[in-house]
Amino acid sequence: AVGPKGIFRVIERSEQWSVGELEPEDFGAIRELSMNPIGDRIISAFFSPGKETVDFASFVRILAHFHPTETSRSRDGVQPEPANSRTRKLKFAFQLYDQDRDGKISREELLQVLRTMLEMQVTEEQLQSIAERAIQEADLDQDDAISFDEFRKVRGVDLIRDQIDNWEY
Amino acid sequence: CSHINFLLIIFTFLSLLHGSRGKIPTQPTGGSVTILPPVNPDNAAQAYPDTVKENMPVFTMNYQRIQLPFEITLWVLLASFAKIGFHVYHKITIWVPESCLLISIGLIVGGIMHAVHEEPPAVLSRNVFFLYMLPPIVLWFAVVGTLWNSIGIGVSLFAICQIEAFGVQDINLQENLLFATIISAVDPVAVLSVFEDVSVNEQLYIVVFGECLFNDAVTVVLYNMFNFVALMPEVEPVDVFLGVGKFFVVGLGGMSFGILFGFVAAFTTRFTFKVREIEPLFIFMYSYLAYLVAELFNISSIMAIVSCALTMKYYVEENVSQRSCTTIRHVVKMLGSISETLIFFFLGVVTITTDHEWNWGYILFTLLFAFVWRGLGVLVLTQIINPFRTIPFNFKDQFGLAYGGLRGAISFALAFTLPENIVRKQLFVTATIAIILFTVFLQGISIRPLIEFINVRRTNRNLDTINVEIHCRLMEHTVAGIEDLCGQWSHFYWKDKFLKFNNRILRKILIRDNRAESSIVALYKRLELQNAMEILDNVSGDISTTPSIVSLYEEKKSSAKPKKKFLATDVKNMHDILSKNMYKIRQRTVSYTNKHALPNDSHSREILMRRHTTIRRTLRPGSFQSSMVPKSHKYFSLPAGKNLDTKFPPGRQSYTDDLETMPEVVYHSRPSRFGQPTRSSSKGMMPLRRLDTLTEAPSVNMLDESTGEERGRSGRGMFRTNSSSSDSHIPAPHRPFHSSVENDSSSAYNIRSGHHEVEEEEEQQQPPPPAWAATPRDNAAQNPLLRRPQWNPRKM
Repeated sequence: AVGPKGIFRVIERSEQWSVGELEPEDFGAIRELSMNPIGDRIISAFFSPGKETVDFASFVRILAHFHPTETSRSRDGVQPEPANSRTRKLKFAFQLYDQDRDGKISREELLQVLRTMLEMQVTEEQLQSIAERAIQEADLDQDDAISFDEFRKVRGVDLIRDQIDNWEY
Repeated sequence: CSHINFLLIIFTFLSLLHGSRGKIPTQPTGGSVTILPPVNPDNAAQAYPDTVKENMPVFTMNYQRIQLPFEITLWVLLASFAKIGFHVYHKITIWVPESCLLISIGLIVGGIMHAVHEEPPAVLSRNVFFLYMLPPIVLWFAVVGTLWNSIGIGVSLFAICQIEAFGVQDINLQENLLFATIISAVDPVAVLSVFEDVSVNEQLYIVVFGECLFNDAVTVVLYNMFNFVALMPEVEPVDVFLGVGKFFVVGLGGMSFGILFGFVAAFTTRFTFKVREIEPLFIFMYSYLAYLVAELFNISSIMAIVSCALTMKYYVEENVSQRSCTTIRHVVKMLGSISETLIFFFLGVVTITTDHEWNWGYILFTLLFAFVWRGLGVLVLTQIINPFRTIPFNFKDQFGLAYGGLRGAISFALAFTLPENIVRKQLFVTATIAIILFTVFLQGISIRPLIEFINVRRTNRNLDTINVEIHCRLMEHTVAGIEDLCGQWSHFYWKDKFLKFNNRILRKILIRDNRAESSIVALYKRLELQNAMEILDNVSGDISTTPSIVSLYEEKKSSAKPKKKFLATDVKNMHDILSKNMYKIRQRTVSYTNKHALPNDSHSREILMRRHTTIRRTLRPGSFQSSMVPKSHKYFSLPAGKNLDTKFPPGRQSYTDDLETMPEVVYHSRPSRFGQPTRSSSKGMMPLRRLDTLTEAPSVNMLDESTGEERGRSGRGMFRTNSSSSDSHIPAPHRPFHSSVENDSSSAYNIRSGHHEVEEEEEQQQPPPPAWAATPRDNAAQNPLLRRPQWNPRKM
């Protein structure tokens, strides 16, 4: 899991850390991250909507998503759901798509993600097709967008969960 | 597996050839044909009374000359007949694996032979075996599992041997180990087919599959090692150590050689676009070369071949034409099938005809230990690796894995080629045959009901969706990104790096026309293709009621009930979508059907289409052309029937009538497509034939050329020659069509998707859905070409 070691490395990599808050540009200094197709989305995931900077506590909180999933979650609802529960992880993933945080992945958002991931490999029409298909596969209430519930219910979402669980390294 | 299997047949031939040079074997041919006894050359001359004369004999017979190939051919034919025979009654093959049946037939034939005192076919000499006759069949489970089994069984048997009652004390440890190696070689072919039928979960399948590939290699390596050791009077510890080192050298060396040859082959095929006919030759020759060179250096040739094949599959596939791909695949399958057939057949024959040395104790204990150790092995190994896997092997998986350890061909071959100076060779041979028979018959027949009974976890591959692919990809990027953030790298990072390296460097060098293709697009294409095939399946019935065009996605959506026709609401959705994209075209076609003045191209297109339909009638439902759908026409065909009715005048229906007379059922689906070409989708479904030359030379006249080349998209490889049928049949109309269509749009060609893979997938004759003509749109849209499916158990 992303443990103390990982966090320290981030601290090392970012000079601004000593100031107490990070801005998106600081993340951009990490070269590999900037080369990642969805690097900017990852970065923006650390920032709460509307906020321009992230402090250490929030940063760690986000990173906690990547902690190994606690399989023995207490279901009594007393404690708030831990950050590394499966649902929270799925939510995190969901928010990578849903940049405007309206709770749905609209077609446009999906298209944007596809565009960045597929880069120069496909035509616009192909993108449209793919996005179309994806939405129609998942969209149960026919509102032309994928809500979080629909996201969770996607057939084969177990595969995604496996991927999520693979985050533990 | 079949990739490796095919070699067996070549080697069988060669071995027989080789073997029979020494002596002339008499081969069994089948009950009714008598074999001439070993012929001396004089016989032929004495056949006719008038050989004394000097005149030219009008009619001569020279059996001697053809004897060997003749007998080989008859032999192969016999085995193949057997294979046909029990497929006639289909139900048998569900319950009884083919290997059982083949062995039974072999037993029968062997019995016959024994009765008439014929000799079995030439025994394989060791040289022959290793130079020519490759065991047909070649990671964690394969290597270590085999090791574990071999050593475990060997040691246990050695312990047993100490017991005086069995009278086998003279077998020392090395020989026991050798024998153990032989019988731990698992032949999962039968198991794989059962697994596939039951669609077990992927993990299990892949493990067994990998075992098939690699444990042959491991076994042979071990066999050689132990053989060497067994022949030595004494074993020193340093030898053991060296043995281990040799093991790694041999294994890894084999793999690297294979990959090297794979790269060379890929590079070669980069330039073969002018000589497409010999492309399959390259593939086979390189494989064989890899094998031979590996043998030269005494490293694992099986590993070499396997890794060569795997490497080639990835890169070469993009370079060679579709036809070559098809050819290669079919040849490999054929050879693999023959080899399997023959080996099991031999097994049966040999069982009866050799002298057996039966030792109850030894053999029974061998059976017992084989079982026990495999079970233990699977148990222990899964325990060790389960923590590293996200989807652990549960007990049922393990059971399937353990029970699926059928012995087969390779054990047989290895046992047969034991050097003669092993004293108890006959015993070993007998024991091996006993084990093979036992596992194949008992386990082979019972594994299917057992697997179903214990309800092994099934695959959810069928739920493969675009969504999953997209999301998984996103996850991978995310995790890689987070890893970059933290500076911690796991396998995602390396996988990412390797993929980048692959895309930037390797593919550019090795693939002629490289367009990096995202797995998402590949999956999309594959799904579209699958849907196309489903559509073909589904709409083959009543034309009038079937919606002429079924949306691909629609089929996909209702994949839970594949036969379901799509709903009105979906149709409406599709229709909306389609209308958004196909607006322009539809205008035109509508106008056409409304008998307004047509633009020239539509008109000529219409004519061409009519011509095509007549031509199509003569087409045999051969290759599936392509499910390429014009981009604009996202889905296979047009929206549902209701549109058609409203939009199309009854006159159009005459198309359907025309086409109804088509013989093949599948064609019926076509009419619907044809019937709607104009209204449908894509502006014209025209079976387009794409010549190779077209793809290569961007020519202004060729529609696809310009678009194709510009787009540079869609696996070029896919664009290649279409099915043979369309090739031969539609050259002429094409050109004019092209040029005409060219005028109005630069639409893309689409089509073609893995023609060959479609064939593979369907495994039946399906006429290609009409290739969709480039839809006259402004930006040639191309539907993502469907690419070869990435994972399909059948294809190997």
